[in-house]
Amino acid sequence: MSAASSAWTPRPPVPAPLRGAADLADARRQGLTALALRKTFQSQEGAEVRALDGVSLEILRGEFFVLLGPSGCGKTTLLRAIAGLEPLDSGEIYLGDTHIDILPPAKRPVNTVFQSYALFPHLTVWENVAFGLRMEKQPKDQIAARVAEMLDLVQLAGVGGRKPNQLSGGQQQRVALARALAKEPRVLLLDEPLSALDLKLRRGMQGELKRIQRETGITFVFVTHDQEEALTLGDRIAVFSEGQAVQIGTPEEIYDHPVNRFVADFIGETNFIASDIGERDGHLTAWIGGVEFPLGPRAGRAAAGESATLAVRPENVQLTPAAGAALTGTLTELAYMGTDLRCRITLADAVELRARVAPPFALAHLAPGGPVGVAIDPADVKVVAD
Amino acid sequence: MSAGPERGGDRAPALGWVRRRLGAGRAGPIRPGQLSAWFATPAILLGLAFTLGPMIVVAVFSLMAQPTTGTGVEMRFSTKAYEHFFMQESFTGESRFDPRYLRVFAVSAALALGVTVLCVALAFPIAVWMSTRTPRAQNMLLLAVTIPFWTNLLVRTYAWMLILAESGPANSFLAFLGVEPTQMLYTWQAAFVGLVYTFLPFAILPIYSAVAGFDFALAEAAYDLGAGKLAVLRKVIWPAASGGVVSAVALCLVPAFGSYVQPVLLGGGRLVMVGSLIASQFGEARNWPFGAALSVIILVLTLLGALALMRWTKRSAQKVTLAV
Repeated sequence: MSAASSAWTPRPPVPAPLRGAADLADARRQGLTALALRKTFQSQEGAEVRALDGVSLEILRGEFFVLLGPSGCGKTTLLRAIAGLEPLDSGEIYLGDTHIDILPPAKRPVNTVFQSYALFPHLTVWENVAFGLRMEKQPKDQIAARVAEMLDLVQLAGVGGRKPNQLSGGQQQRVALARALAKEPRVLLLDEPLSALDLKLRRGMQGELKRIQRETGITFVFVTHDQEEALTLGDRIAVFSEGQAVQIGTPEEIYDHPVNRFVADFIGETNFIASDIGERDGHLTAWIGGVEFPLGPRAGRAAAGESATLAVRPENVQLTPAAGAALTGTLTELAYMGTDLRCRITLADAVELRARVAPPFALAHLAPGGPVGVAIDPADVKVVAD
Repeated sequence: MSAGPERGGDRAPALGWVRRRLGAGRAGPIRPGQLSAWFATPAILLGLAFTLGPMIVVAVFSLMAQPTTGTGVEMRFSTKAYEHFFMQESFTGESRFDPRYLRVFAVSAALALGVTVLCVALAFPIAVWMSTRTPRAQNMLLLAVTIPFWTNLLVRTYAWMLILAESGPANSFLAFLGVEPTQMLYTWQAAFVGLVYTFLPFAILPIYSAVAGFDFALAEAAYDLGAGKLAVLRKVIWPAASGGVVSAVALCLVPAFGSYVQPVLLGGGRLVMVGSLIASQFGEARNWPFGAALSVIILVLTLLGALALMRWTKRSAQKVTLAV
């Protein structure tokens, strides 16, 4: 299997980063579109489970798109529906202009990396990667060249002759990736591919996946329940809950402007504080620990006179000496985490706040059980729907 | 092996040697809670006595002479039993080729092969179907497959005699369909049905156990990579099941070849298979050496078959075959 076979036609050029409205329209037109997908399962107890409850979304060509949510939220069902492994009750899936949900899985220009890797145990690594190409009945020298190229891409050039059970988990994962990429799918589906790897290996593979996605320009749809992984990898993220895409946006949008309490709670750590909404000088205000805060223009939907839930990220809670602080509380817990200090503060009206203090640690005013001042930038206070 | 003094200056060299002999196996020193491998010796000896012992007796008997009167063997070396298999000695003392016993072997082999093919062909879809049920249903089905083992084979074969009898349910059913009743019992077909009935569970179980652990994500992966239904069956499901199929073939072919109960009870006197031939040598024919020789020939044939099978399937998964 020589790597340099001239019979292999080069892949289409990697699409350049989106530059303008025309590019975006193009990427949208050639992307993956899901329209009102519905799928209902019968659970073991006989109850109806709505795995997909009217999911519509648009994935751009060349995008790294993450489906994020707790287990049972429908994200894997959506992935399997795109692959054609799960028949839908209703709804349509388009890839570009092609209506793909009527095609059998073998006919869709889409390949999957399975959570369990699903490598064929009786075939060698090389034969596993060649499987899809052999199914297409490609000429032998083309297959050899393509397999060699794929094994190079995932840095496994030396192990082509081994069986999957002779490989480590990380290597098996790379083989699964190479096998799925070998057919040059227009969309690569990844079903929690890193969940079986230990933390360090997972970090490494995340970087690797990002690199491979950039190099190949293939649209990646990546399922995970790990919010950190989603934030690290995703160009855009769709947060799923109970069969619905609750919020779709860039990692920054989702982290900084969660649409509801579920998203704010699922992504990162958040303090939730119940408050009434008031109005002063034409600005909406809210109360935390008896102190009034003006709400910023991007705080979220709220109306004066209503009660609401405020969300404040722990890293946005600053701790100051108690003397002269407008808002004070009692420091009840202090945990040293190396990269930061995790604190728990009880405010005057018994509201609990978690705070993260970044280094350098000014410890003088941080005595467990003692008073501490709390400062929150009003711009970091968000109103979230329940 | 020398029991020389310890290099390390052990205070009781002899004891040290014994301890090492008894204690340390090939896997290194014994760990706490572990017994030396030597403790298995009595069980191994007993096992050898029970497995090899009878075979040795049979092999020795086959190489002895037939006594002029009565049964048993005469303690005298003779290869006559083996010659008897191919040759017939006329009254004038000249030997000529005699294909009668070879024909019995051929009939037995053909019947056993037919039974095996049908059993595996029926067992494969049944096993695959079973393996795709819910775990609860799988346990029930497994139980159902093993139910025949709870009853004696002889009793079950008598049941088939009743079913296939002239006034039995099988003929009644034919009459109901308007077909002329036929003689079913005491035909080779009846023996065939009885053999398929007997060996079907032996075909289902190994195939089921091979397929039960099958990860259907593999089939999905194959579909995903562009394989059609037939390709999935051939390239993914078959390699996983083939070990079980080989076991099933071994479990059906060998016992069916030497079967005794079904050919005698269902096939009647018209069907002579190896099993009944051997039995008659120890019974009416009173030729123990020939009966023993026939057994040895079957043993050798089976061994050769197993070796060929091992050659053919060099994969470790098929070690199961010989284990069963």
